[in-house]
Amino acid sequence: MTLAVFFGCTFIAFGPALGLFVFTIARDPLRIIILIAGAFFWLVSLLLSSLIWFIAVKASDPRDEPLQKGLLIFGVMFSVLLQEAFRFLYYKLLRKAIEGLVALSEDGCSPISIQQMAYVAGVGFGLMSGAFSMINLLADTLGPGTVGIHGDSQLYFLTSAFMTMVLIFLHTFWGILFFHGCEHRRWWEITAVVVMHLAVSGSTFCNPLYVGSLVPSYLLMATAAAWAYLLSGGSAQNLWRFLLCLRSGPSPQPGS
Amino acid sequence: MITFMNNSDSEEEACNERTSLMSAESPPVPSYQDGLQASEAGEAQARRKRRTGSNRSPNNIADGEMSDSGVPVRESALENEEEELTLKYGAKHVIMLFVPVTLCMIVVVATIKSVRFYTEKNGQLIYTPFSEDTTSVGQRLLNSVLNTIIMISVIVVMTVFLVLLYKYRCYKFIHGWLILSSLMLLFLFTYIYLGEVLKTYNVAMDYPTLFLVIWNFGAVGMICIHWKGPLQLQQAYLIMISALMALVFIKYLPEWSAWVILGAISIYDLMAVLCPKGPLRMLVETAQERNEPIFPALIYSSAMMWTVGMAKPDTAARGLSQQTWDAAEDGRENHRSPSHADSQMSETRSPVPTRPITSLEELEEEERGVKLGLGDFIFYSVLVGKAAATASGDWNTTLACFVAILIGLCLTLLLLAVFKKALPALPISITFGLVFYFSTDNLVRPFMDTLASHQLYI
Repeated sequence: MTLAVFFGCTFIAFGPALGLFVFTIARDPLRIIILIAGAFFWLVSLLLSSLIWFIAVKASDPRDEPLQKGLLIFGVMFSVLLQEAFRFLYYKLLRKAIEGLVALSEDGCSPISIQQMAYVAGVGFGLMSGAFSMINLLADTLGPGTVGIHGDSQLYFLTSAFMTMVLIFLHTFWGILFFHGCEHRRWWEITAVVVMHLAVSGSTFCNPLYVGSLVPSYLLMATAAAWAYLLSGGSAQNLWRFLLCLRSGPSPQPGS
Repeated sequence: MITFMNNSDSEEEACNERTSLMSAESPPVPSYQDGLQASEAGEAQARRKRRTGSNRSPNNIADGEMSDSGVPVRESALENEEEELTLKYGAKHVIMLFVPVTLCMIVVVATIKSVRFYTEKNGQLIYTPFSEDTTSVGQRLLNSVLNTIIMISVIVVMTVFLVLLYKYRCYKFIHGWLILSSLMLLFLFTYIYLGEVLKTYNVAMDYPTLFLVIWNFGAVGMICIHWKGPLQLQQAYLIMISALMALVFIKYLPEWSAWVILGAISIYDLMAVLCPKGPLRMLVETAQERNEPIFPALIYSSAMMWTVGMAKPDTAARGLSQQTWDAAEDGRENHRSPSHADSQMSETRSPVPTRPITSLEELEEEERGVKLGLGDFIFYSVLVGKAAATASGDWNTTLACFVAILIGLCLTLLLLAVFKKALPALPISITFGLVFYFSTDNLVRPFMDTLASHQLYI
């Protein structure tokens, strides 16, 4: 494994997220704080779910393979549910924060809206999730070794990088969907997010049959992206005007 | 300690209980730094650092960022605008602290992961005389606790010594101490560091070049820190010396002792800053009585210092920070001779907002800065560096500790805005850091390793 693999996988996995961070989050200190707090909430949820899994594993027979596999499946599902629960808790916290920000501002509006917070929180969750999945792998790519020498898939690093990227995007969109559902009391949106998350995590059980995990994940990401875009006020017309570099207004001007 | 100081004129109306610790008219009082951190390696570092005087800024703690939590609501409408300003600057202050802390940690983690020298066991400091090479767990635990007790006592003695020196106005002694400390840190430790880095990458360097590089680095550092220099260069130097100090601690502290010392330092910091008879608190009160800036400890200042139209030049605070830095350095350097070790390092732990001394009518927009003691930088970096060095090659643990420390810092700044008095910067961050280190290393790592081996994603 070489530096090419390292840099390639790093940029596949984290490139889009880095772009999102640099262009939308890095300028505003409030957003950076929300991002890091989101990462912290994801971390705490992971901690609790690892604790449960660890206790279950220690209490069971380590030689019983199907049981261990079952415990792992249980661990994954429980972790997903706990992540969504912590997303809800984070929503509650940010709601209170907005009230505080509004109370403190001169003109009665908060410097950041709940939709922006939803986006940043989603990126925070996604970045931390991606980092925890990918960083150890990236450290290993710098060392010596041959991928798949014992018969495993040779595409391990590449597919991990792609999976990480899609997961970061998914968390971003889920953040927007989830917060929107909480704001407007649409429980079906929240359930849809949870079901999507369970589906994506469940599809990774097909690995190394990557077509069973990557393809559905990317399709779900496209769906979630479109849905989040529509919920954020986007429409096909907006997109068309953006692509044609038209300005919004009564008389569109070509190019700029 | 972290304090935000809001130097606007409107805040100087009266001394309420919030400003009781420091009167509005007093010259900038250095912020406390948690300083009581033990200077281990150099251990003798002066603990007294913590007093960072912010120029003339009463202890008004800006409300700070509180973006992710309910912001403390100010009662009076008069303060609303002030609060609004504070809030507007509050999030920026947090980021102004996040960036240097992150940079320091990155330098330490990068060095630990690449230069083998700092993870090799090459003896211990005299402040931790008990070895951890015993076979039984109980004996090892006992040894680490004894090491911690010795270290903390050294720090307490140093701090008290510093307070006494300050009380009896032995300024020259303190200045000399600080200068000696920074000399040793900037020249000797940098020379060792450079030597090890060159060894790791197998780069040859001749002695004349080495001499030139070290001389320039050290001389510019001394000038920047103790006299005048561009703010960013001074900040960079302070970050570098904090990283160097943290690396020395990581190398020379035995494993279990390091964790117990981190925990004990946080508790000590808490007590020294908040208890009425705590050394740091006494130091601040003495400075207030005398109406002079407290002897500066090593302090990282993020504020722009406006020299135009300043009522009081900020050089005092700067000088203070340099001195404290020196003291810390001295402390560190003289780890062989504990007799004159200062606990400077420890003192420089409280973050303190630096306020430029401009009055509002002289300068429309003042950059309100924030100060954090270098001891805080050092102990944060020690925690993250130890996590990087000992967590069985796991990067997740390092990342978790990093996020935990940043969140702790954020919460501390939030509390600062709520309570508006000097607060220790170590306890919350170090507690989070320790909790996350042990839980990530023991609970999360097996889970994530199992998931990675099956290529499962959560």
